[in-house]
Amino acid sequence: MDIAAELLAGSRLALSRAITAVENEYDEATAIMQQLYPHTGQAYVIGVTGPPGAGKSTLTDKLVKVYRRQGKTVGIIAVDPTSPFSGGAILGDRIRMNELTLDEGVFIRSMGTRGSLGGLSRKTADVVKIMDAAGKDVIFVETVGVGQSEVDIVKAADTTVVVLVPGLGDDIQAIKAGILEIGDVFAINKADREGAERLKAELNMMLDLDQAKSAWRPSIRQTVANAGQGIEELVATIDEHAAFLGTSGELVRRRTARARNELIALIEEQISHRILKDIAASGQLDALAAALAERREDPYAIVKRLLAAYLR
Amino acid sequence: MERHIRVLVAKPGLDGHDRGAKVVARALRDAGFEVIYTGLRQTPEQITEAALQEDVNVVALSLLSGAHNTLFPKVVNMVRGKGMNDVLVIGGGVIPDADIPGLKEAGVAAVFTPGTPTASIIDFIKANVK
Amino acid sequence: MANESLQAKMAAYTAKVEKAAAKNPERQNLVPNRLYTPLDLEAFDYERDLGFPGEYPFTRGVQPTMYRGRFWTMRQYAGFATAEESNKRYRYLLEQGQTGLSCAFDLPTQIGYDSDDPIAEGEIGKVGVAIDTLKDMEILFDQIDLGKVSTSMTINAPAAVLLAMYIAVAEKQGVSADKLNGTIQNDILKEYAARGTYIFPPKPSMRLITNIFEYCSKNVPQWNTISISGYHIREAGSTAAQEIAFTIADGIAYVDAAIKAGLNVDDFAGRLSFFWNAHNNVLEEVAKFRASRRVWAKVMKERFGAQSPKSWMLRVHTQTAGSMLTAQQPDNNIVRVALQTAAAVLGGTQSLHTNSRDEALALPTEDSVRIALRTQQIVAYESGLADVVDPLGGSYYVEALTDKIEKECWEYIKKIDELGGAPAAIEKGYIQREIQESAYRWQMEVENKQRVIVGVNQFQIKEKPAEGLLRVDASVGEFQKSKLAKVKAERDGAAVQAKLAALETACGDEHQNLMPFILNAVKTYASLGEICGVMRKVFGEYEAHVSL
Repeated sequence: MDIAAELLAGSRLALSRAITAVENEYDEATAIMQQLYPHTGQAYVIGVTGPPGAGKSTLTDKLVKVYRRQGKTVGIIAVDPTSPFSGGAILGDRIRMNELTLDEGVFIRSMGTRGSLGGLSRKTADVVKIMDAAGKDVIFVETVGVGQSEVDIVKAADTTVVVLVPGLGDDIQAIKAGILEIGDVFAINKADREGAERLKAELNMMLDLDQAKSAWRPSIRQTVANAGQGIEELVATIDEHAAFLGTSGELVRRRTARARNELIALIEEQISHRILKDIAASGQLDALAAALAERREDPYAIVKRLLAAYLR
Repeated sequence: MERHIRVLVAKPGLDGHDRGAKVVARALRDAGFEVIYTGLRQTPEQITEAALQEDVNVVALSLLSGAHNTLFPKVVNMVRGKGMNDVLVIGGGVIPDADIPGLKEAGVAAVFTPGTPTASIIDFIKANVK
Repeated sequence: MANESLQAKMAAYTAKVEKAAAKNPERQNLVPNRLYTPLDLEAFDYERDLGFPGEYPFTRGVQPTMYRGRFWTMRQYAGFATAEESNKRYRYLLEQGQTGLSCAFDLPTQIGYDSDDPIAEGEIGKVGVAIDTLKDMEILFDQIDLGKVSTSMTINAPAAVLLAMYIAVAEKQGVSADKLNGTIQNDILKEYAARGTYIFPPKPSMRLITNIFEYCSKNVPQWNTISISGYHIREAGSTAAQEIAFTIADGIAYVDAAIKAGLNVDDFAGRLSFFWNAHNNVLEEVAKFRASRRVWAKVMKERFGAQSPKSWMLRVHTQTAGSMLTAQQPDNNIVRVALQTAAAVLGGTQSLHTNSRDEALALPTEDSVRIALRTQQIVAYESGLADVVDPLGGSYYVEALTDKIEKECWEYIKKIDELGGAPAAIEKGYIQREIQESAYRWQMEVENKQRVIVGVNQFQIKEKPAEGLLRVDASVGEFQKSKLAKVKAERDGAAVQAKLAALETACGDEHQNLMPFILNAVKTYASLGEICGVMRKVFGEYEAHVSL
């Protein structure tokens, strides 16, 4: 089947298969992406990140329902960690979004990180584009949530929502360790628990210290996701941030930066793929490795030679 | 190109006995598969839609209430009806031997009864996913 | 200095055994590879740790006589298809010498759906009897005198509704509520943690439970208002110590909730009962029963300050481990069940269900159920195991193991207290994760043959498919639906609506006890699904916390 054409015609199965093709780097993946690219750039991308147990999936579920009531279609990408030992993964975020499964206006895809370390999978950006081309108005990207190094989300999302909960004990540590810089909007979830006000005060203080670098002062909202409290307000804040990005010209700057990063990544990937695939298949790679191990050659000279041969 | 087998582990019907489903999910993860687990009380419609969105190679159904003759074939039909012709539907649980031929006839690729080592399930999936 | 001499001899013995064990490495995981001696009981104090049967801390049993006055209640869990069919099975079991009834309900009933709900498709009458309205309950207990029999009902989320139906049937038989004897499971926390038939979120669920405590303490005083269940936690894969630890933690949460609702601990604590699993490892199970009584007695006396000795007693119903039955060579299950029965009796259970040999394949046939009941009768009348109170008390091994399990239990309770109690620990997924870890470890041990299951990973034979299994006819669903339609057509619709509306209002007022409202609705033949539907509307539904 012509996956891209069927996807553009509205097939959910084709959308699903396109994601697989890209995620698994099937031969047709580049062609599919090329066909879809002109249809991208429409969706608004919201990143959801935060420590494990913060309630990211439940919060996403509730946010999505608000957008659905507004008549918007939604794509959700939920990333879970791949085991470095087995290469397997348990992708369990859907469980908290079961009510969305049968909503035709929603498409949920779970992804394993497959070795990537920044809280997303290497192919997440492409999957965002695929859902974008499939006409989703809003795309949620939920990160792994293992802790502090989830900086990739900033590169993938227009608005990044950082979800925190009171009483995890390491609130301030997490904030110091970099979550502060990536949030456009902060949601203090499970705000009916003790310590919500204190966390908010501490967060406010730190945001004030950190304010110099942007015209947007990140907002803090309190939510109790499983009771549906504070969700409308959180959506309003996300919308405010989106409006700010639009009027300030920041959206164009962010998307340009993102395009630049993606281009660099694509160049790196394609070049290394092209060369590596070739020399691995021909056995040249093993021969060169042996030569290096015996110090008959030096790696710098090899690379220079390869580049000269392949990049003519 | 790396091979990533994706499996939806689902509990149709109303029984809450998920020990088997969870043990299998973990064993499949440890065998290198990507496992999507959707929790209890999933209708055939929900299972089918999740299988479609996740583009899984295998739908693994676990059921201990005795409703397998109704629900397993229904999932197979709905999965095929959505064009997922190459998706393997397998099942496990308290299932009398006498029911197995009927379930296979209905398109269930394999039925695993109590006492099956998880390794047999893993081997079956590896051998039969195209 | 007797101990020094003993220690020296023990060291010499251990060295000898280790040398021998090195020759048989494959047996290492199977036996506690050691000999228990007085060295293992150095801190043992008979009067403090054991005392006498019927006395604090009840290690040796809750009754002074223990099986001397009468045996445990032999109570086979049964129910399938329709109320008509199940009524026949109940009367058969009573004729065969069973001394109490135990009702199994089908899954739609357990989750508060009527048989005509689309979600019930394929499930009607499958794992128990389908109950839609009071009509079904009248048929279920037809010709059974509710003033004489004691009835246990495995029902949790909609326990209040089924109890109300039972009270209403009794009233029609001319039996007043204060004469009723029996138990409802009514233990929602383990549904969240292990069994999965929950409906409402924790808060309204706990309210329903405390409403039942309060209502029964005034109106149905002999009723056991909850059966705090470790059985399903064990079936889900926990260890023996986890089974009692998580269950006692649940028990603590219920007592806390009732006290918070304004009840006096001694008014309801005597009606709390427990439900243990009788698993394969006989002596470990005996130690578990003994440890659980000691822990609960201390919890009630020291933590809650209960004054009445009745409040300190852990009374327990037991069922043999369903998950240990094998589909392979099913007749071997008879032997497993016999050993599990021995464990439960040596452990001092008050009531017992024995599983049938064919339950890994289907619901049991009448023949299989009879063998299971006979197993109890053989243990009771022929084995001599019930002749003496706590016959294993004083065994070096059993006492040491009892101490060890108790210690593990306290460690878990402490950890759960730190997490904010059992409901919080369940919400955080802690208890579920601990159970899953144990379940996975067990499975891997079986697959690596570190743990031998006869007929499954060793001593297999080529077998013919099992024959003569019980099958629930697909027509049961249709029959049940038409019966419900008939009841709905014949009842007073306006009365139903009025009572449901009153229930809905009461649900919204935290200070109302819901039992009288439910009882009123049930009497109008409002269906289980309609009543639970009203509560769903007000209370919402529980969203499971799953972590793998």
